[in-house]
Amino acid sequence: MGSALPPVDLLRQESVSRKLREFLPERAVLWQPEDTRPYECDGLTAYRRVPMVVALPETEAQVQRILKTCHEMEVPVVPRGAGTGLSGGALPPGDGVLLSLAKFMRVLRMDPVARVAVVQPGVRNAAISDVASAFGLYYAPDPSSQIACSIGGNVAENSGGVHCLKYGLTVHNVLRVRGYTIDGEPVEFGSEALDSAGYDLLALAIGSEGLLAVTTEVTVRLLPRPETARVIMASFDDVEKAGDAVAAVIAAGIVPAGLEMMDKPATAAVEQFVHAGYDLEAAAILLCESDGSAAEVEEEIARMKDVLARAGASRIAVSRDESERLRFWSGRKAAFPAVGRISPDYYCMDGTIPKKRLGEMLNFIGAMEKKYGLRCPNVFHAGDGNLHPLILFDANDPEQLKRTEAFAAEVLEKCVAVGGTITGEHGVGVEKIDQMCVQFGAPELEAFHAVKRVFDPKGLLNPGKAVPTLHRCAEFGRMHVRGGQLPHPGLPRF
Amino acid sequence: MSLEDLRERVREAAGRGAALRIRGGGSKDFYGNVPRGEVLDTRGCAGIVAYEPTELVLTARCGTALSDLEGILADQGQFLPFEPPHFGPGATLGGCVAAGLSGPRRASGGAVRDAVLGARILDGRGQLLAFGGQVMKNVAGYDVSRLLAGSLGTLGVIVEVSLKLLPRPAAERTRRFEMTQAQALQSLNRWAGQPLPVSASAWRDGALTLRLSGAESAIGAAAQKLGGESMVPEEATRLWSGIREQTDAFFAGDAPLWRLSLPSAAPELSLAGAQLVEWGGALRWLRGDLDAAQVRAAAARAGGHATLFRAKDKSAGAFAPLPPLLARLHRDLKRSFDPAGILNPGRLYPEF
Repeated sequence: MGSALPPVDLLRQESVSRKLREFLPERAVLWQPEDTRPYECDGLTAYRRVPMVVALPETEAQVQRILKTCHEMEVPVVPRGAGTGLSGGALPPGDGVLLSLAKFMRVLRMDPVARVAVVQPGVRNAAISDVASAFGLYYAPDPSSQIACSIGGNVAENSGGVHCLKYGLTVHNVLRVRGYTIDGEPVEFGSEALDSAGYDLLALAIGSEGLLAVTTEVTVRLLPRPETARVIMASFDDVEKAGDAVAAVIAAGIVPAGLEMMDKPATAAVEQFVHAGYDLEAAAILLCESDGSAAEVEEEIARMKDVLARAGASRIAVSRDESERLRFWSGRKAAFPAVGRISPDYYCMDGTIPKKRLGEMLNFIGAMEKKYGLRCPNVFHAGDGNLHPLILFDANDPEQLKRTEAFAAEVLEKCVAVGGTITGEHGVGVEKIDQMCVQFGAPELEAFHAVKRVFDPKGLLNPGKAVPTLHRCAEFGRMHVRGGQLPHPGLPRF
Repeated sequence: MSLEDLRERVREAAGRGAALRIRGGGSKDFYGNVPRGEVLDTRGCAGIVAYEPTELVLTARCGTALSDLEGILADQGQFLPFEPPHFGPGATLGGCVAAGLSGPRRASGGAVRDAVLGARILDGRGQLLAFGGQVMKNVAGYDVSRLLAGSLGTLGVIVEVSLKLLPRPAAERTRRFEMTQAQALQSLNRWAGQPLPVSASAWRDGALTLRLSGAESAIGAAAQKLGGESMVPEEATRLWSGIREQTDAFFAGDAPLWRLSLPSAAPELSLAGAQLVEWGGALRWLRGDLDAAQVRAAAARAGGHATLFRAKDKSAGAFAPLPPLLARLHRDLKRSFDPAGILNPGRLYPEF
């Protein structure tokens, strides 16, 4: 990617860094390649570009001045949190400033009575729950990179996790976002009340992939930690049967705290890696969690067991204690790194489909495996229809990479065709930008651009991400983009 | 009027710059600033487009009667988790989403916007646009469909909506406690920090009522833990319906009704007039001929905002004024979706 771009404009680099150093300490402005190189990519490492300048502010006033400066000089700005994103949303601008919010790491307020936490954007997702746990509270959305990903990034991507079906996404658990528009004006979306006057700009800001404003403070809603949780592991000899079992659980009026599926190849890969005790004979296994009071959990587990048995489960095991529960989950949580061990590279997809199309989708993926001669183990957030098929390939073989790209594009387009979406929780970024042309028509894309212009008329904030230009859609049509390998291989992800 | 008719009507009105007053059953005519323009009746664009109970998702057209829709969901043991008020027999789905008003379950079940998964709208040019989708997780494109909830039709005629549903709780029970408002606010916030199945709360006249919803075992245990007196089911149903639909005695009469949305732990307001507290403390209803500036200042000091919900005279503006930057963003968003300014002009804010 990077080689196709013009080299850094040294004069521009010099003038921008000099301007930023007028109010930032020297160590907070990086421009030498050895200092800027670590910022060349986020979690999607297939896309790399060395930023012209990296700014590392520590205060809101500094963020404001950086934005004002860049706005005046018409320099693109790309905000970055922990850099764990999987769609290249924080891919730096070769001609602009990468604005790292990594130093914004403070929990500003923890109010156990009002059950809110006010945190800076660089605070890690899991750290919020760690601090809240002293009060019996936690922050519900749990993307599997939660030990590393930051809340600012979660806001940008509207991150999900395994408990979304019952507890919602980031948009359901954030009350207020404070930040700055590209021209350096402070802005607040939402409040600590449950709604605000006028349009719900908070909903618009969440999931906007850093294109509308730079987040400098987030107020999250905290929930009381459920008394207890137990998980059922059910085996099925047929994937479609497992899909039907998911529907049967919902039809029984149950909203499980988590409902996950893995197919046989995925199970085999993780079992070898974590020894969770998975049934290696099963065509698919379901993990079905219940949380609440002890009595409630007993009741729900019994009902779920009954439903799963009637849906044809060939084996059912229920976690007996917390360590067993965590062991049952360990494999699912380690699915990505486990797959990383059996293949030099893998491409992770993130489509969501209506649950009833799951069987059809699995058969389609099976047909694609044959068509392209590549393996594709599957892990799903079955409860909400979010799929993470993982195409295994070797990036050193350009021909395999080509096949992978074509495979992935067909799967994403199939997601759209069955009434779903190209991305459930990882975001569009640069990775899925061409598939946006498949999911949306020109009028919707134009409406998105119009929204962008309202906040950022010059188009300086995270340009080229999330929404393709109509020109790009016309020119590239269904050109398929490439996914990539993950850094932090030890980090569990879904 | 079919979708095609609606589209023609919007195009035609845009051509001559004629204001359209988008209207379903008219149950929320009282809400927002005084409507103006030629009525665009959405009731002809009705019907369920897709409903698969096991998906927990329903897609329906704007003119669908809310009561019909809720009946169909009830037959499958499901419901709209935000428990929307109808405010009249003719309430439609389109009006429900455009008004963005949620009922007693809001603090636990989420708001209208939380349940919105996707929408199709006619923008002010008469273009049919589709945002979001029919699935629960979807981060492709800006979340315009949630933005529509509470936009009062100013960004587009909402012609179709997809909503997330939930199964009805297995059981519900209501407890009643004698306590002052200050005690109620304290108790509600304390209880909300514990894993209790509270699904609605209402305090007025020295009594707090609390609705528990969920598995029989969970609400039984919670009732025991919380204490209070149990309320007869019929009486409880009447009470919650009266609060949801504002048919309760508190809402009777002509005195202006203020809606204050505040942080749940905000202390009791020292404003004159009767008060009713909902949503675990986060919603305060206020009756009386109060000075608008004074009410709005009190709400802002407490960290929230005040809406003049029902009043003969809305010259003070139905909604709290916005700070300059937000006001500009509102105006520009409005202009981008409705350049001719024909959709429900002035309904949300007088300047657009």
